[in-house]
Amino acid sequence: MALFRFDSPRFPPQAQAAREQARAFLADELEGGRFAPHRSSWSTFDAAFSRRAGAAGLIGITWPRRYGGQERSGLERYAITQELLAAGAPCFAHWVADRQSGPQILRQGSEQARTEILSRICRGECYFGIGMSEAGSGSDLAAVLTRAVREGDGWLINGSKIWTSNAHNVHYLIALARTGAAGEDRHGGLTQFIIDMASPGVTVRPILNLAGGHEFNEVHFQDYYVPDHLRLGEPGQGWAMVTDELAFERSGPDRFLSDYRLLVELVNRVGTEPDAREAVEIGRLVAHLQSLLGMSASIAALLEKGLSPNIEAALVKDVGTAFEKDIPEVARRLVACEPGLDAQSDVFAQTLGNVVLHAPAYTLRGGTREILRGIIARGLGLR
Amino acid sequence: MEGQDGMAEHIGDEAAAMMSDGVDRLLREQVDTALLSEAEGGNWSAALWAKLERAGVPQCLLPEAAGGAAVEPALALRLVRLAGYHALPLPLGETVLACALWHQAGGEPLPGPWSLGGDLLELRAAPEGMRVTGVARRVPWGGAVAQVLVCARDEAGHARLLALSPQRASARAGENLAGEPRVDLEFQGVVLDASRVRPAPAACADGLLPYGALLRAQQMAGGMERALLYAVQYATQRTQFGRPIGQFQAVQHMLAEAAGHCAAATAAADLASAAWGGADFVFLVAVAKSRAGEAAGRVAESCHQVHGAMGFTQEHPLHFTTRRLWSWRDEFGHEPYWQERIGRLVCAAGGERLWPLLVGG
Ligand SMILES: Cc1cc2nc3c(=O)[nH]c(=O)nc-3n(C[C@H](O)[C@H](O)[C@H](O)COP(=O)(O)OP(=O)(O)OC[C@H]3O[C@@H](n4cnc5c(N)ncnc54)[C@H](O)[C@@H]3O)c2cc1C
Repeated sequence: MALFRFDSPRFPPQAQAAREQARAFLADELEGGRFAPHRSSWSTFDAAFSRRAGAAGLIGITWPRRYGGQERSGLERYAITQELLAAGAPCFAHWVADRQSGPQILRQGSEQARTEILSRICRGECYFGIGMSEAGSGSDLAAVLTRAVREGDGWLINGSKIWTSNAHNVHYLIALARTGAAGEDRHGGLTQFIIDMASPGVTVRPILNLAGGHEFNEVHFQDYYVPDHLRLGEPGQGWAMVTDELAFERSGPDRFLSDYRLLVELVNRVGTEPDAREAVEIGRLVAHLQSLLGMSASIAALLEKGLSPNIEAALVKDVGTAFEKDIPEVARRLVACEPGLDAQSDVFAQTLGNVVLHAPAYTLRGGTREILRGIIARGLGLR
Repeated sequence: MEGQDGMAEHIGDEAAAMMSDGVDRLLREQVDTALLSEAEGGNWSAALWAKLERAGVPQCLLPEAAGGAAVEPALALRLVRLAGYHALPLPLGETVLACALWHQAGGEPLPGPWSLGGDLLELRAAPEGMRVTGVARRVPWGGAVAQVLVCARDEAGHARLLALSPQRASARAGENLAGEPRVDLEFQGVVLDASRVRPAPAACADGLLPYGALLRAQQMAGGMERALLYAVQYATQRTQFGRPIGQFQAVQHMLAEAAGHCAAATAAADLASAAWGGADFVFLVAVAKSRAGEAAGRVAESCHQVHGAMGFTQEHPLHFTTRRLWSWRDEFGHEPYWQERIGRLVCAAGGERLWPLLVGG
């Protein structure tokens, strides 16, 4: 028996303390009206919010003290992350750095990179983007064409990235580039670099998303010079590092709580005395969410033990994003309401409108549903 | 919701692992097609039950002083999941829970096997003692067990646990889709000995329906895992168009999606098991039973699709598992029943109270 590992973890009491710490911060933010939960989510960029979160000690908390961290456990971080998500807080400025770039620099970066960068992330002052996808390389990430070649003490990069979220707002990207031959499995010859967006040779062109928002971009490198201390890991080891990074990117509660606020607004809208149909539909969503919280808590515990639960992470993201996409459909069935972001629309209509316009991305970003199902099928032994 | 630290009076992790490996091995050896088919013909597998008793499984949840193994509820329910995985045609989970609840209520030890009924009966004082009236519907193995645990309300509205002998009832035999006995037991003013009536512990304030639901949720989690393993195995062996069908992406994705349902249901069942005795037990049982029930239908569907016509026969053992899944999802409350309870609770509390309900605090 036991297809996958999903044990219920035991949380240390510190995790509850971390939860309280985040709640106190968020209550204060909401009281001060400093963000609008019905129009934001973790993928809303707000640098001022992230600076306040950093000052409140909510970023990079697991990292060593000498780099500005607090040496707290991954389960404490997990509790804080959940609270930020449930509040609909606008976290995107620090999200990527806290979730994957910082840990990657800690594991694979040079001492200079760690010292220069990590404590600024912790203070909520330094933001990261992900430079993986290219025009010809979406799901098939191994097909990247961006090249880095040796140049003196560093590397020269040429090529283009696309769909790069926040490239216009962040201080750094971590970019995946080809540095050598692909080899038979196509996974060789790839290396990750820290890209300082303030250096010459990199330009950013905005791409508006369908909601009219400017989140992602096209990024061009022309003879862009990276000093060697901004290389991550050994040259040619990029594929394994990207895979590790994706376990962090895919496994978190951000893969099923993106539109949690809509569920909250739906409950409020239906009111305290639902009819049977309303109660059943809401009860079903809540049962799904509670189950996902159980699955993702066990992944957090596996990551904390230093394991790489890639298959379990793919399962949570697949089930989780399906759940996220279900919420607006249930909300529509229960409440007759035209979604809208205009001034006439009330809080429910705006929350719904915002979710309807962003939901297509849930099953694309961070690896499409189909790619995840391929990973799960491999875990089942089918490929 | 998050698990609590284990209590010292329970057996350690190693002993727990040994026990669950032992049960797995025993059931793997014993529960074969022959045994399953005989059980469907109405045969009580006495030899296997005796083996389980010798291994201390039916009483495992009782403290050592009461002849049990003092396992944690979470482990006891993992054993129930194993029983579901192997389609064990005996009321193992029912006995594990019922005798533990009876003990918890202060009841004197009674011989097993046990079953439990989800219906609330009526208890009335009469000159000659307490009289119980009502129908316990679809009691698992209701004709074969020695005791049936039910919950009843007395005239003052207090909940009582009753250990009833099915011999005192008029029985109407029935069975579920998998041929597991489900017996209606009607008690018409049956006079009870005082030793068979106990005040219900707070944990049973809601009656026994949640306990039956938790059993079925765990059994479904085990059954889904079994069905998936059958399907994966079949997909790697069956060849069409010159290759194993598991190499077709459509087949891979069907099974990947089913695996997601199975994993979510298993996580939910474990959350409910870990909440045994806690304030959120019934809520988490509602989550577990409704999530597992929904998953069971999806997983059974996909696994049959992958097996083609072979899975639609009695020759392939898949049906022993899927017929159980189709029944278990409707026993002790189907999905809408539990979803409605969750929904009413959540709505009454309001949107902002939902989050603390989910993660605590
Ligand atoms: C909102 C948003 C933000 C993003 N932010 C970033 C970012 O910051 N940095 C970054 O690097 N990338 C980012 N991405 C890109 C994202 O990682 C890609 O969109 C994703 O990997 C899919 O690539 P693609 O869009 O090229 O689709 P394609 O790979 O072309 O896929 C198109 C369709 O074909 C399917 N498909 C492809 N291959 C297979 C296969 N082998 N089997 C079955 N089906 C297949 C896909 O599942 C999909 O349905 C972002 C995307 C979105 C939507």
